[in-house]
Amino acid sequence: MTSEYHFRVWRGDVSGGAFQEYRVPEEEGLVVLDVIHRIQQTQQPDLACRWNCKAGKCGSCSAEINGHPSLMCMTRMDEFKEGETVTVQPLQTFPVIKDLVTDVSFNYEVAKTIPAFKPKPREADGTRRMYQEDVDRVQEFRKCIECFLCQDVCHVIRDHEDNKKSFAGPRFFARLAELEMHPLDTNDRVALIKQKHGLGFCNITMCCSEVCPEHIHITDNAIIPLKERVVSEFYDPLAWVKRRLGL
Amino acid sequence: MNAGRAATEVSERHAYDVVVIGAGGAGIRAAIEAHQAGARTAIVCKSLFGKAHTVMAEGGIAAAMRNVWKEDGWQVHFRDTMRGGKLLNNWRMAQLHAQEAPDRVLELEEWGAMFDRTNDGLILQRDFGGHRYARLAHVGDRTGLEMIRTLQQRAVELGIDVFMEYTLQRLLTDAGRVTGAIGYKRQTGELVLFAAKAVVLATGGIGKAWKVTSNSWEYSGDGQAMALEAGAELIDMEMVQIHPTGMIWPPSVRGILVTEGVRGDGGTLKNTSGKRFMFDYIPEFFKAETADTEKEADAWYTDKRNNRRTPDLLPRDEVARAINAEIKAGRGTAHGGVYLDIASRRSPDYIRKRLPSMYVQFKELAGVDITVQPMEVAPTLHYVMGGIRVEADTAATTLPGLYAAGEVAAGMHGANRLGGNSLSDLLVFGRRAGKSAAEYAGRASAPPAANEAQIESAAAAMLKPLGAGDGENPYRIQSELQETMHELVGIIRDESGLKEAIRRIQTYKERLEQVRVPGGRAYNPGWNLALELRSLLMVAEASATSALMRQESRGGHTREDFPKTDGEWGKKNIVSMRQGDTLVQRTEPLPIVPDELKKILEEGAKSE
Repeated sequence: MTSEYHFRVWRGDVSGGAFQEYRVPEEEGLVVLDVIHRIQQTQQPDLACRWNCKAGKCGSCSAEINGHPSLMCMTRMDEFKEGETVTVQPLQTFPVIKDLVTDVSFNYEVAKTIPAFKPKPREADGTRRMYQEDVDRVQEFRKCIECFLCQDVCHVIRDHEDNKKSFAGPRFFARLAELEMHPLDTNDRVALIKQKHGLGFCNITMCCSEVCPEHIHITDNAIIPLKERVVSEFYDPLAWVKRRLGL
Repeated sequence: MNAGRAATEVSERHAYDVVVIGAGGAGIRAAIEAHQAGARTAIVCKSLFGKAHTVMAEGGIAAAMRNVWKEDGWQVHFRDTMRGGKLLNNWRMAQLHAQEAPDRVLELEEWGAMFDRTNDGLILQRDFGGHRYARLAHVGDRTGLEMIRTLQQRAVELGIDVFMEYTLQRLLTDAGRVTGAIGYKRQTGELVLFAAKAVVLATGGIGKAWKVTSNSWEYSGDGQAMALEAGAELIDMEMVQIHPTGMIWPPSVRGILVTEGVRGDGGTLKNTSGKRFMFDYIPEFFKAETADTEKEADAWYTDKRNNRRTPDLLPRDEVARAINAEIKAGRGTAHGGVYLDIASRRSPDYIRKRLPSMYVQFKELAGVDITVQPMEVAPTLHYVMGGIRVEADTAATTLPGLYAAGEVAAGMHGANRLGGNSLSDLLVFGRRAGKSAAEYAGRASAPPAANEAQIESAAAAMLKPLGAGDGENPYRIQSELQETMHELVGIIRDESGLKEAIRRIQTYKERLEQVRVPGGRAYNPGWNLALELRSLLMVAEASATSALMRQESRGGHTREDFPKTDGEWGKKNIVSMRQGDTLVQRTEPLPIVPDELKKILEEGAKSE
């Protein structure tokens, strides 16, 4: 008999559900998403999951694998021990739609609240010049594939549904940092970051950085610099006096 | 189904001036333009917003911006595109594309895109196959992500309505014009209807009809099938692009794209004896402009004035056939590929900086460190040059009110697309389609009331596969179709194979009528596949029958029984359309290239 993978996959919808066990024959080089597809093709055609690129570029197939927020397409089966049961469940921070598919519309709503890029005028010769050293740090944030694993793992919204009203989450702190650090941008979002987007809720536990499949240093390179900007804008006494005097 | 049930089956009805189907580069760019022209515009897409296939594009956006090579210009880009397409291109599309691409790239920068930079702070451009000069604006090897995110964020800024995970399946028509589209909402399975004065199809390609492909599940030919069914015409559906370098090992990653940027940045193809075999495959058509020694090829990367281009960067069709021939001759790897080596030619730092996602992709999926070891690659189906017939300037299809842009449309790339010309195509013709659709909507009367009979028959057909009981499994039919297309309508074709493919496709169509999928309507992948299979079979049939008709080899279409290009066939498009339920083909002469552009094509050839 050939060896088999042992899978426990959460099946259900908003009204409830349970883990179901599946066995799939082993093959060389598979990732978790392949095994989910095998289950769809041969056992349960209605097992729901999202996916697109299958190469870690689109951020669609996010799930929690053995409790760890991960991309199913980038989690290789040879990472697990021989015979280990692999448990796959939907992202827990977002309402479930069906099986492994969740309603991530929260993120699309937050995106709408972020003031857009507003470039300064062009150079005298009509060009826009930026140097690689300056764009490097912004490009780090632009690598984000919007898998929302950082949003899923962030305890500010994972454990406190109410906070979703006043907290943008790590994905959008990276987006805000990107805009704030863009060499051409002229919009000022610091007050908004403090008030509407609730940056203060983050107590830098770095979980977001740990799960990021693009290895973006969300905490170190986005959140902490943003916190520093908020501090110097709102809590620096000199800046406070200047603001009061309208300088 | 009883009369009148359809009306109650449709749970959501929307009305817009312009409905854009598809949210890749072409779709979003079209929607931005239509919205800015004052049309009430909606984007309707199968996946979440920002996940469309464009996201996977790696290498860059081709545009003669002249930031790296002042010698470049639209004329050179036009000529490269036409020659790469083996002159089967619609010349006017190739001209508009070459002229407008630089503005479209700069516009992305206005909207927040962040390309890699030259030393003096401008947008950096990289080398790619078939392009005379380094011409691709890029961000490492994740240019598609940068492009889609920029467009997505622009659409959000403008407040364009986006309907995510809505799959539109049929166009509605009345009195010879388009009036909207019907489909279903993935998350609930409810049927939805969009009434529209104009519709833009930007649904991408057809790769999921083949077994080894770089395309995702979304590429099921929905747009081509919807257009055919509504009475529009397709052209040159035999022209599919097999990209030379896809991953091959382990089996689960087979087909995933390895960017041409690897070769643009210095990587070279080798067989198992270590030979750089591309020097043996330089065709007569490109001899004058291609290096014939390793020394010249390597010098070309830094000195383009005095050296000719490396044969590793011949157009994709040439490289794919060469790899195929090496493997067939027994000089391939045990897994059935060849080597793509950049490790021995560039420093690890350079590789990681220029090709970060290739580095991660091989490291994490194949356990290969590309800064140390060569990659193993083999051809993979990547793109369809054929598609919906459009008018060059307006992106109008042959059906009034219906527009098409991006991969779903045809003409721009002729018989073979150059790398980097796809992202620029999306922007140039996405914008043109959005503009034309908005103008059409502005002068069109309100669409006639939806044709209830059409809605009813569409609804009945969509709901038919649902239900328990014995029937065909859609996954099984899809996998048989994929085998057939791979084996018989792949890189090398012949008459008997194509006839067999057409015969088998007919049997799949019959079996599709018997498909049954268990489970409910909400987010049911089996049901979704059953619906997409219908489109896949329609485009597969169009592709195989066109391939049988074209008795020559040109670009992405290689006939073993007609191995040469044929001057007469080079003047013809193959037009596919439906008559009743039957697919019919005819040929039509290509638009004639005007003399001043002919001169550009000829002058270019002479100066090489």
